[in-house]
Amino acid sequence: MRKVAIYGKGGIGKSTTTQNTVAGLAEMGKKVMVVGCDPKADSTRLLLGGLAQKSVLDTLREEGEDVELDYIRKPGFGQTWCVESGGPEPGVGCAGRGIITSINMLESLGAYDADEGLDYAFYDVLGDVVCGGFAMPIRDGKAEEIYIVCSGEMMAMYAANNICKGIMKYAQSGSVRLGGLICNSRNVDNEMEMIEELAKKIGTQMIYFVPRDNDVQRAEINRKTVIEWNPKAPQADHYRNLAKAIDANTMKVIPKPLAIEELEKLLLDFGLLAA
Amino acid sequence: MLLRHTPKEITERSALSINPAKTCQPVGAMYASLGVHGCLPHSHGSQGCCAYHRSALTRHYKEPISAATSSFTEGASVFGGQANLLQAIENIFTVYEPEVIAVHTTCLSETIGDDLPQMTDKARESGKIPDGKHVIFANTPSYVGSHVTGFSNMVKGMLRVAESTGKKNGKVNIIPGWVEPADMEEIKRLCALIGVAITLFPDTSGVLNGPMSGQYKMFPEGGVTIRELKGTGDAIGTLALGDWCSADAARYLDSQFKVPCRILEMPFGLKATDRFIDALRTIAGVSVPEEIAHERGQLVDLISDMHQYFYHKKVALVGDPDQLIALTEFFTSIDMWPIHIVTGTPGKRFEKKIKKLTEGSPFPVNVRSAGDMFLLHQWIKNEPVDLILGNTYCKYIARDEDIPQVRFGFPILDRVGHQYFPTVGYKGGIRLLEKVLNALLDRKDRDDSEQSFELVL
Repeated sequence: MRKVAIYGKGGIGKSTTTQNTVAGLAEMGKKVMVVGCDPKADSTRLLLGGLAQKSVLDTLREEGEDVELDYIRKPGFGQTWCVESGGPEPGVGCAGRGIITSINMLESLGAYDADEGLDYAFYDVLGDVVCGGFAMPIRDGKAEEIYIVCSGEMMAMYAANNICKGIMKYAQSGSVRLGGLICNSRNVDNEMEMIEELAKKIGTQMIYFVPRDNDVQRAEINRKTVIEWNPKAPQADHYRNLAKAIDANTMKVIPKPLAIEELEKLLLDFGLLAA
Repeated sequence: MLLRHTPKEITERSALSINPAKTCQPVGAMYASLGVHGCLPHSHGSQGCCAYHRSALTRHYKEPISAATSSFTEGASVFGGQANLLQAIENIFTVYEPEVIAVHTTCLSETIGDDLPQMTDKARESGKIPDGKHVIFANTPSYVGSHVTGFSNMVKGMLRVAESTGKKNGKVNIIPGWVEPADMEEIKRLCALIGVAITLFPDTSGVLNGPMSGQYKMFPEGGVTIRELKGTGDAIGTLALGDWCSADAARYLDSQFKVPCRILEMPFGLKATDRFIDALRTIAGVSVPEEIAHERGQLVDLISDMHQYFYHKKVALVGDPDQLIALTEFFTSIDMWPIHIVTGTPGKRFEKKIKKLTEGSPFPVNVRSAGDMFLLHQWIKNEPVDLILGNTYCKYIARDEDIPQVRFGFPILDRVGHQYFPTVGYKGGIRLLEKVLNALLDRKDRDDSEQSFELVL
């Protein structure tokens, strides 16, 4: 089983990209489990056709410790398994601890056991790696490959670089590696070239360039992944390609995050190029 | 009447625990660590945690408990405790020279998400762990489970050093669970009598029940050695005594090194000891030695001689799941009636198990996991008992309700004896019944009228 974690700046499209890609993998016949690590619990909405999922932490709060796997794991599009770890409402409690708790619980309930027959487990993690809890998916023995969703915008690249620092820390003693950057296009000038250059500097690759397409939003309104909503849409093929690229990816590295000056220079160079 | 505000009427509580029947995970982890030879427990958190856990153990065992701490400050809480732990490991190996450091987490380090495997790897890579020395660890957030969970986690944690050479060493692993040092000694004695070579872990005998020699030793002679722990992966089997304390570690050896395991009850009382002795006898392929049969006979003799005083006596029990399960079976088997049973440790299967053991009881049996002593007190007010068996905290209930108490379990802060006299095995059963009988008969002598006051009982 390959364990994959998706990180990236908040609002960059991690959940959307993850679910659409998972739909592509499911279409290829892969058995995938998606674990949403976001207190908003919206990482599996498109696969489940709505916010139908009771989160691990809600279940824990209501049922006490006698939780069964079936309570917290729901079947979604293409025979996928969907889990939402959930967490506190905004402004209270500790969401990071929530992630630690729910991943530990999934393990002790045997969600990753060999007899589950999983090909992939995807962790969709909220925003930056802001504290130890959000790094839980990349601890040793958890996710082994990370993909960072980013775009050509400064803040997205800045966040991607920051996440690389987190990965580097854990990679030094564990098996976690960076698999690549996924560029979720915002139609910024020279975007593809810039992200390719950033990837090169970090020591990785841009594994796929997902162009901007309003079909993604249309599918989202219908609570579906693009592949389910309109299998023939050109965007559906992009996600299929991304799924294939991840499935075939063998380039897994320990990232070399850039110094801030370097990052800003990159932006300047490519920005000037456009002007 | 120190507990005069406890009402008889029981109301549903969802968010309040009063006089808990449990303590912190790290207390258990620290106790387990002390069962490793030359081991210094290390608390990864703020200083207050460590101070409390040490004193909790000292008050029970009446021995100094040494432990180190990562001494978190505000800075460590924000930036993570890695720097503190690395520095601590370096200092400890330089200054105190233990064989092993056993790190357990605290609520704070758990909540900020410190990753112990990563940190100990880092310590090893940066040369802070000298050759031949070891760092073992366990995650012990106190907001999960209880001291029993912490004990179990650390017992599993010490198996991190276990190896498999592919060649069986002919020994049997015995995981005694949270019992007294004297009990561990007794288990070793029984195994030796039957002729089974064992690795007992943890083994606090000789560590927490040592003699006063006039000389302070930070690391006493006792405890399971790292060499022995390494060999657990080559054992021919594991006997885990107690599901809550020992099963996780036993299953780990099974899944990791294919060392088959059996999970038995803790050997308190006749039947549970019978099963333990039978398991040992089967492994050794011998019949039960005369000496052990003799001890068993004595226990049976005591039960039958004094049966009339045990008969239909109602008992309230409070303590830890593994002990309570064995004791409930024991007391039921001698026609006593355990009717109120509380553990602070969560786990619904405890309630199921106790219900099953007390099926024939003429009283409705009250049992609660994740319960507290307040509830136990309320139950007693509604259905009084003849005896309370539990730790020192029960003495408030015993005094208010004027009920005899036998001290058993953790912690015992106001009596001695538990350090030196076992309660496991047949001999231990005799001691336990002696204590129960004394409590019951002292009470009888006090209560009997002049006409019925008897010389011979």
